[in-house]
Amino acid sequence: MSSLKSLSAEQQVALLFVILFGALALVTGIAFATSLRDQRPDLDAQDRHDRFKRDLRAVWISAVVFWLAWVSGPLGATLLFGVFSFLAFREFVTLMHTRRSDHRSLLLAFFAVLPLQYALVGSRAFDLFSVFIPVYVFLAIPVVSAFAGDPTRFLERNAKIQWGIMVCIFGLSHAPALLLLEFPGVHGRGAFLVFFLVVTAATAQIVQEAQTRSLRRNPVARQISRSFSWRAWFVGTLAAAVVGTLLHWITPFKAPQALAMAFIAAGAGTLGEFVMKALKRDAGVQHWGNAAAVTGAVGLLDRVAPLCFAAPVFFHSVRWYFKLNP
Amino acid sequence: MTASPVVAQAAGLFLAFIARLITGAQGHWLGCPPKAEQRIYFANHQSHLDWVLIWAALPRELRAMTRPIAAKDYWTSSPFKQWLTSAVFNAVYVNRQRTDDQDPLEPLVDALNNGDSLVIFPEGTRSNKGEPQAFKSGLFHLAEQFPQVQLIPAWIDNVQRVMPKGEVVPVPILCSVTFGEPLQLQAGEDKRAFLERARDAVVALRPHAG
Repeated sequence: MSSLKSLSAEQQVALLFVILFGALALVTGIAFATSLRDQRPDLDAQDRHDRFKRDLRAVWISAVVFWLAWVSGPLGATLLFGVFSFLAFREFVTLMHTRRSDHRSLLLAFFAVLPLQYALVGSRAFDLFSVFIPVYVFLAIPVVSAFAGDPTRFLERNAKIQWGIMVCIFGLSHAPALLLLEFPGVHGRGAFLVFFLVVTAATAQIVQEAQTRSLRRNPVARQISRSFSWRAWFVGTLAAAVVGTLLHWITPFKAPQALAMAFIAAGAGTLGEFVMKALKRDAGVQHWGNAAAVTGAVGLLDRVAPLCFAAPVFFHSVRWYFKLNP
Repeated sequence: MTASPVVAQAAGLFLAFIARLITGAQGHWLGCPPKAEQRIYFANHQSHLDWVLIWAALPRELRAMTRPIAAKDYWTSSPFKQWLTSAVFNAVYVNRQRTDDQDPLEPLVDALNNGDSLVIFPEGTRSNKGEPQAFKSGLFHLAEQFPQVQLIPAWIDNVQRVMPKGEVVPVPILCSVTFGEPLQLQAGEDKRAFLERARDAVVALRPHAG
């Protein structure tokens, strides 16, 4: 551990990625080997195998994305997450059935709000970055919408656009913000914070999933999710908190702080995913990227949804608790 | 304006990229595989973007041999429009004004004789009511003259939301193009029946038709 500490932040992050990719390669190799050996045409196992393969691919992609974000520095990270925001927002808007008179508001959101928000992240203007969308855009969207002169379902239409902006642009822009957040004394270690966030949020999700299968509790809200129960949520989040505590040495946190932060981040992520499920039910789709749906979307929103909710909560908790002012 | 073919090709790739960025331009090949056969694609028409969308949804190898129809008076009125339609899209120009001595379908017939594939919008004009209007008879005459060319119905979905009438900047919203099973002109089938069948084939491809 002491030899680890003697490395520079740069080398530590590089080591982190080497370990991450090594572990992924190992898991993929094992999965490949077992898939070669296992010839039994068992439908259930096949289904499980397919799901595992899909999840594994998603993990690979996100690992590569984070590596790219780190390698390419502040500008690259900002651009990269900006593109993700764009794609996620595109998916969101597609399924939200906007009307003709929303055109100008949507243009404003896509081509002004999104680039500006990411420009604010890239320039580390965190004070303005935190209030730009909740304060200024909150007013600008309905103003533009009102000038379109269509009062039909005005509140509903604007709420949809505001929501999309909050989740897909505001929420997701906190991921590069974490990369760029400076802790006093630990320079350039934002990548660890993002890693910490993603690992804890993913752990919570996986454990929650496994728990719902073994616990078979009554769901809290059957209409929205047939699997969500408080017990499973709590176990998942607690597991994430434990994992976060074990990881505390890669972050600027002490162990108890890491426990609390991981609990907050993981809880926000899983609850956020639950909320997205409700939104999907409202829009009448199973997955955002349903292959049979009109869109031909890739289902990116499903992947980033927990992050969209967890990242801002985590970011502001960290920033407030450690009184970080850039 | 004498831009080289390389510029035109680059412009084509760029346009396809933009179309994919804005709309996804997802092609669903339900009734037939994307193959380099001579085909006439016919689709519903809701927006100026329809052609670009179909074009971007095609695999790159098929784009060069698939040509749109463009109104000659409008699309040759400025050097840029002329360049865009001829060098980039390789459009077939047609006259909108009917003259006595010329068959309006003649340029299309020439292109088909040449071995090219065509994309046509048989409604003749854009409809924004959701339901396509009745098809014009051009499709029937082409089917009659070229029985060996496959007739592929296509439904373009969501595009009216990308750029409603009167707007100039498109909003990023995902669109899809669904290609259906090839249609054949039955022996002795009359014009009205065939055009109605063709229209039904297009409408049937609409997602969530129900």
